[in-house]
Amino acid sequence: MQREQRDPMRLLIIEDDKEAAAYLCKALREAGHVADHADDGETGAAMAIEGGYDVLVVDRMLPKRDGLSIIEELRRRNDETPALILSALGQVDDRVTGLRSGGDDYLAKPYAFTELLARVEALARRRRPGEAETVYRVGDLELDRLGHTVTRAGQSVPLQPREFRLLEYLMKNAGQVVTRTMLLENVWDYHFDPQTNVIDVHISRLRGKIDKGFETPLLHTVRGAGYMIRDSAR
Amino acid sequence: MTALGKVVRTTAFKLSAIYIAVFSIFAVSFVLYISYSANVLLNDQIRATIAAEIRGLAEQGRTGGIAAIFQTIEERSHQPGASLYLITDVNGRILTGNISQVPADIFERSGIGPITVTYERNIGEGSRHVAMVQVLRLPGGFWMLVGRDIGEHEQFREIIGRALAWAAALMIGLAVLSWFFVSRRVLKRIDSVSDTSRRIVAGDLSGRLEVTGTGDEFDRLAESLNAMLARIEHLLYGLKDVSDNIAHDLKTPLTRLRSRVEGVLAGPADIDTYRDALESTIEESDHLIKTFNALLMIARTEAGSADGAMSEVEAGAIVRDVAELYEPVAEEEGGDLTVSVSEPVTLKASRELLGQALANLIDNALKYAKGDAGRPLKIVVSSAREGSDLVLRVADNGVGVPEADRERVLQRFVRLEASRSQSGSGLGLSLVAAVARLHHGTIELGDNHPGLVVTIRLPIETA
Repeated sequence: MQREQRDPMRLLIIEDDKEAAAYLCKALREAGHVADHADDGETGAAMAIEGGYDVLVVDRMLPKRDGLSIIEELRRRNDETPALILSALGQVDDRVTGLRSGGDDYLAKPYAFTELLARVEALARRRRPGEAETVYRVGDLELDRLGHTVTRAGQSVPLQPREFRLLEYLMKNAGQVVTRTMLLENVWDYHFDPQTNVIDVHISRLRGKIDKGFETPLLHTVRGAGYMIRDSAR
Repeated sequence: MTALGKVVRTTAFKLSAIYIAVFSIFAVSFVLYISYSANVLLNDQIRATIAAEIRGLAEQGRTGGIAAIFQTIEERSHQPGASLYLITDVNGRILTGNISQVPADIFERSGIGPITVTYERNIGEGSRHVAMVQVLRLPGGFWMLVGRDIGEHEQFREIIGRALAWAAALMIGLAVLSWFFVSRRVLKRIDSVSDTSRRIVAGDLSGRLEVTGTGDEFDRLAESLNAMLARIEHLLYGLKDVSDNIAHDLKTPLTRLRSRVEGVLAGPADIDTYRDALESTIEESDHLIKTFNALLMIARTEAGSADGAMSEVEAGAIVRDVAELYEPVAEEEGGDLTVSVSEPVTLKASRELLGQALANLIDNALKYAKGDAGRPLKIVVSSAREGSDLVLRVADNGVGVPEADRERVLQRFVRLEASRSQSGSGLGLSLVAAVARLHHGTIELGDNHPGLVVTIRLPIETA
């Protein structure tokens, strides 16, 4: 998989299904991250409170202690470590309760590993400096968040408001895989699964505006996962 | 338990018993009060009459002396309905009057107010009467007695007393009788409710409580309970449907998946074949997950448990958002997707579910409407206020749905033969229908001449 080298993340997986957790940890390590595992709510809470993790992956239903209560306790202790909630439920109202209790993202089981990885990496990035940047740059592509303008190699690229938000989200996560559902959630604020390839068509439109006529493409399709904006010349 | 014990333990019985007790006390007190008041009134009248007589006689005595009194009494004594008079000498010998026998001690009780005595009117008749008399001492040692027979009053009092007692008895009797019929009726209704409930508990979900049509409290209760039962029945059949459908529509692809893996394993060990098989397995399981999620979503939406995500939303914005999401796809298909929002309409709804419903309808239009070649696809998504309803429409100019099939396609997993070749779970429209129901609205499929128009009608103010 094409992926930029970066600092490894330290992750805590709180999940009671040992096999699923073992697979997840192995896959995360292969992706270059450090993953610890706790298989019940109490151990998980103790490890999370001890700290030192970049992202927590918390299953909602755990033995001994409910996953949401762990996140709630962390937030009470002013610990803002990003948390991804995993749940077999996955309905709209469950998502709402999950996010209300302090979770930062919500993923319904069963999930594709690429989806989880992309979301965990997006969460980890949130903590890093750069969130407050007003101008995003990828190669010779520049996006001014305040002026709502986009230029490629100095030439202005006119974009529709939604295209601007799409590019903004991609550039905020530059160098990282962004999945179709992440785009639908963050750019359109919908959580359903469209039957048709709606996102692909939006991407190809955007690509037509920012990459067409330039030698090096910036917006890449990551097969089986999603999209990534990245300066391949580097 | 005996039938009587059963009756005694009912609330109706206990309440009626209390009412009857209170009522009886009231009725008896009423009777006593009436008799007492009548008695007082009659006695007062008699006293007044006696006092008037005495005043009259005293007047006679002042002008004509004892003789005049004697004469007046003589005259009056023999008139019909006369008062009672008696004058005796010092020794108690009767001089004049219409009484022949009085108690011997009567003259010793003179001076005080009128007293009640028994007397005989004629000597030897033996029948004793009751009277109220006043005894006075006249000048010259004579005793005078003036009184009124109160036998008639006594009789009258007795009649009143008896009448009142009868009335009280009758009232209490009627109360008991009406209690009996009321409680029997109540018990009958309650028994009918319990019988029906027992039948329902035993598994007959179609059972409903009897509604007599009188509109009384039992009818109101029965109607509410029947509505509840209908809802439970609907949910339960929904659940049964889901399990049937899971059995059918999830087992089929699972079997396919299993056979494919089995087939590949049985074949030659080739890394590329394995890779292909694994990739198609993932694809197949993703499809399974989608179907499963859609089913759960429908079931939960129908159960109304997505209520938590309801908020104030503007329908036009949702329509524009979803249309904007699909517009490039439509264009790529060589079609045209337009939005028509007449005015902003705000209502309490789930943005996510309404968005998904619209997306499903547009998806369907893109998938199925293009079958009619030669005509560029045209989809119109609209939102408008019609009366107190929000009306969302997705109209296309494709092949449409034959009228006979319109009701059927709303059911789960129903896919028209013509569209079998298209990918899809057959759940899209049933989710739309479930979303409409969750918002207390309706869904309707119509003819767009040509094409299909799906109308979702949602009440803006939901109680």
